[in-house]
Amino acid sequence: MRRPIFYVVALNDQLMPEFMLKSERQSSSLLPLVVQNLSFRVGEKLLLDNINTTVSSTGVSVVLGANGAGKSLFVRLLHGLLKSEQPAIQWNGQMLDLAIRKRQALVFQKPVLLRRSVAANIDFVLTRFIFRRKTAHFIQQRNAVLHEAGLFDQRNQPARLLSGGEQQRLALARALATEPEVLILDEPTASLDAATTFQIETRLEQARDKGIKIFLVTHDIAQARRLADDVMFMHGGRLIGHSTSNEFFNHPSSEQAKAYLEGRLLF
Amino acid sequence: MQDFSSAFSLAFSLIFNADADLMEIIGLSLSVSFSAVFVAVIIGFPLGAVTAVVRFPGRQVLAVILNALMGLPPVVVGLLVYLVISRAGPLGWMNLLYSPTAMIIAQSILITPIIAALTRQVIEDLHKEYDEQLRSFCVPISCVVVTLIWDARYSLLTVVLAGFGRAIAEVGAVIVVGGNIDHLTRVMTTAIALETSKGDLALALALGIILLVLALSINAAAYILRGSAQRSAYA
Repeated sequence: MRRPIFYVVALNDQLMPEFMLKSERQSSSLLPLVVQNLSFRVGEKLLLDNINTTVSSTGVSVVLGANGAGKSLFVRLLHGLLKSEQPAIQWNGQMLDLAIRKRQALVFQKPVLLRRSVAANIDFVLTRFIFRRKTAHFIQQRNAVLHEAGLFDQRNQPARLLSGGEQQRLALARALATEPEVLILDEPTASLDAATTFQIETRLEQARDKGIKIFLVTHDIAQARRLADDVMFMHGGRLIGHSTSNEFFNHPSSEQAKAYLEGRLLF
Repeated sequence: MQDFSSAFSLAFSLIFNADADLMEIIGLSLSVSFSAVFVAVIIGFPLGAVTAVVRFPGRQVLAVILNALMGLPPVVVGLLVYLVISRAGPLGWMNLLYSPTAMIIAQSILITPIIAALTRQVIEDLHKEYDEQLRSFCVPISCVVVTLIWDARYSLLTVVLAGFGRAIAEVGAVIVVGGNIDHLTRVMTTAIALETSKGDLALALALGIILLVLALSINAAAYILRGSAQRSAYA
């Protein structure tokens, strides 16, 4: 049973706690994720067709498939950025709502950074998710986030002047700064070089080790092999299979998955 | 031609000697225009941003109306404000007619739609870029509006300047509600019109030169600021 959330209305600044960690507000896990009869259409066009699956395990769930398979659409629906025709997504028995969405973070393929400094981009989420006021502890936390992302020296630079890899690292650091229980990434390394991809993947592994559930959209088979605990394979708006990483790569259950892994063109 | 050159020399002498009448007119012009811009920004920024961001019935109609009101005829606005604040009007008891306040009201009505409509355009473009990210952070709509206005601040500076340009150069509305009264409601544009009709080209020309210099300086400052912001990728 979920604990109720109490918000304190402070009449006096002295009464207000300096910060309130998310973990203090919400302790229950969002898992299992249950998706039942999830469909999504735009006009007459059916883009996602009757997806059913359950995700119970922690770790990294990779959503794999070719371009146009519906991967990005699927994770946007999981996060609630888009709404399906019928309620079809339950996180730990709860229908997707604002409270659940606040316990997740989403990183896009093309990082969307505010037109502010690197540090101000982190401040933006810290003031909304973690701290009530900008205190010494706030600065300490922000600096820690920037150090972890390897961006401390660039903290006063405009975020949009960073290189592509640095921008994506900042976007990931900003997402992690919200202390999410679920981190969803939509092809975060699609346009990055090997070194930056390695840095991002290392950060993801660290996040996974901290118990953050990760959903990673990719069409990079090698990346899926490196990171996946389980694989959801999508093709043509349908979830063709959902299995452990070992099963998927060693004994793909569908012709489409076999063809995809062999590098054959899928239509 | 001789009159023209003598008018020019007189104009420069008035400017360099900081003629008291001239300074008074310039001071009033700037204070009325800045006040009107301030009022228009207070109303126009949120109105434009909300129209850009919030989906509500009649949003498109409001956007069309704001665009249409950008071309409000100043004399008509002056007349409407006159009707409202004249003795017989609903706000006649406030004794605003022929006062700087009346001029600020008229100019605010003229430039608020300009500020709101241009703000809507700027914010709408930025919102397209930020929308998914801000929604993924579950940012409430009021905070979205504030964030967008803040992050678009350098672009909005151009919007403010467009409003200021319209206000400082405006004649029709302020002459109707202000009355062009010496030492009370005489501003640069109304003084230019009056002095030209009287044949006193020196003062008219001096005011004209100052008006041009002001407009150029403000636009140059904004151009430089915006350019440097763009180079720093803030805009």
